[in-house]
Amino acid sequence: MGRLRKLLIPGVDKKLLVRDAVKTMPELTRRRFITAGTSLGALTLLTGCDVVDSSSAEELLKHVSKFNDAVQAWIFNPDALAPTFPESAITKPFPFNAYYDLDDAPEIAGADWKLEVRGLVENKKSWTLDELYKLPQVKQVTRHICVEGWSAIGSWTGTPLRDFLKLVGADMRAKYVWFQCADKDGYNSPLDMRTALHPQTQMTFKFADQILPRAYGFPMKIRVPTKLGFKNPKYVLSMEVTNDYKGGYWEDQGYNSFSGS
Amino acid sequence: MTSLVPSLAVSDHQAETAAPAKTIQPVWVRIVHWTNAFAMILMIMSGWQIYNASPLFSFSFSRSITLGGWLGGALLWHFAAMWLLMVNGLVYLALGFATGRFRKKLLPITPGGVIADTRAALTFKLSHDDLSKYNSVQKLLYAGIITVGVVIVLSGLSMWKPVQLHWLVSLFGGYDFARYVHFTCMALIVAFLVIHVALALLVPKSLRAMIIGR
Repeated sequence: MGRLRKLLIPGVDKKLLVRDAVKTMPELTRRRFITAGTSLGALTLLTGCDVVDSSSAEELLKHVSKFNDAVQAWIFNPDALAPTFPESAITKPFPFNAYYDLDDAPEIAGADWKLEVRGLVENKKSWTLDELYKLPQVKQVTRHICVEGWSAIGSWTGTPLRDFLKLVGADMRAKYVWFQCADKDGYNSPLDMRTALHPQTQMTFKFADQILPRAYGFPMKIRVPTKLGFKNPKYVLSMEVTNDYKGGYWEDQGYNSFSGS
Repeated sequence: MTSLVPSLAVSDHQAETAAPAKTIQPVWVRIVHWTNAFAMILMIMSGWQIYNASPLFSFSFSRSITLGGWLGGALLWHFAAMWLLMVNGLVYLALGFATGRFRKKLLPITPGGVIADTRAALTFKLSHDDLSKYNSVQKLLYAGIITVGVVIVLSGLSMWKPVQLHWLVSLFGGYDFARYVHFTCMALIVAFLVIHVALALLVPKSLRAMIIGR
């Protein structure tokens, strides 16, 4: 959680505020106050106002975000399908979006790549791309909604993740499927099991009927139309079925972990 | 939601001599009013930061007036303050109907009354000795802003849960259109806020009534 950036009202400089507050005190009090440490916590006690205390505001917001995870899990209906669209509605060109430029996107040689399967599964064998391509595939045309607010409609084809989880004998009562990807700086993301078992959650191998291009996550992405875009892993290297919350690239920086749509 | 007074013709002196002091704003109105003001400001400032991540128009909001520092921080604020806004708003609506306040204060609103009172206000002839009674312009603005408040919450919910509440998104004309609805409601609320605060400052006794009740 070290990367959680400043959440406070910009323009309020905490040090200046404390210095100004101290200046208004009588000499003796001021000296005692400074001796006691001009901490922001002390100012909080003094004013009874902790809006200026960034760490307690951050803590509160993190707690509310966890509460929101629980609320969203409760709202989540495993049978509610994301709306689907005709092919004519597909956004062209479909945007490339990542925390790096397209030039820095992973370049993976499909012949050498293997999907690693770990954790609470009966069969931990790794899968080549050819083996995965032989699994039954379905196509979906759904809306990808970015945490930034924009959205785009795309066409994704692949194997429902729940079929694959059944195939490898995953423990469906586990809490998460955790994906590790090849993006630079190590993107990863946890997916709650109920969403992993949603009929539209897909191991995607094709975009618009073509082998998934590098821009969209070759060789495999996980398409989750019931989640915001940042929880749709691309360039997947491994999946782990686990009961542990292992965090994620964006989740650790403060994006809400459930982020369901 | 408060005693906005679009009349400059009444002095504090007149009001004080008119009648013995009576409660103009009951305590529950004052509590929900200031809670709403606090929640709404958090929502607007964090909303501006969220808007900046993917602007709908060719402008962005200055970072000096946004809350959260970056998109992730702004979303944490927005999805925390929304609970305060929604719960407080529901309490307000429930009590507003249950106590009959909406019926007594906001009805009836007639086109003739609104036109007459607008004309009177613009020519500084709008008499308003009794702060507990709203003129037609006030009734229209308050009923309007309550409606906008309901629409901004519903459009926000539809964008938060576009799959689970897909029927609500359809009601707003789809996900992308719901963003414009949400933005427009924000703009209306900010416009209301500017007029509302300006008039409260011009007629300080209305502000006093919203703080101490009388």
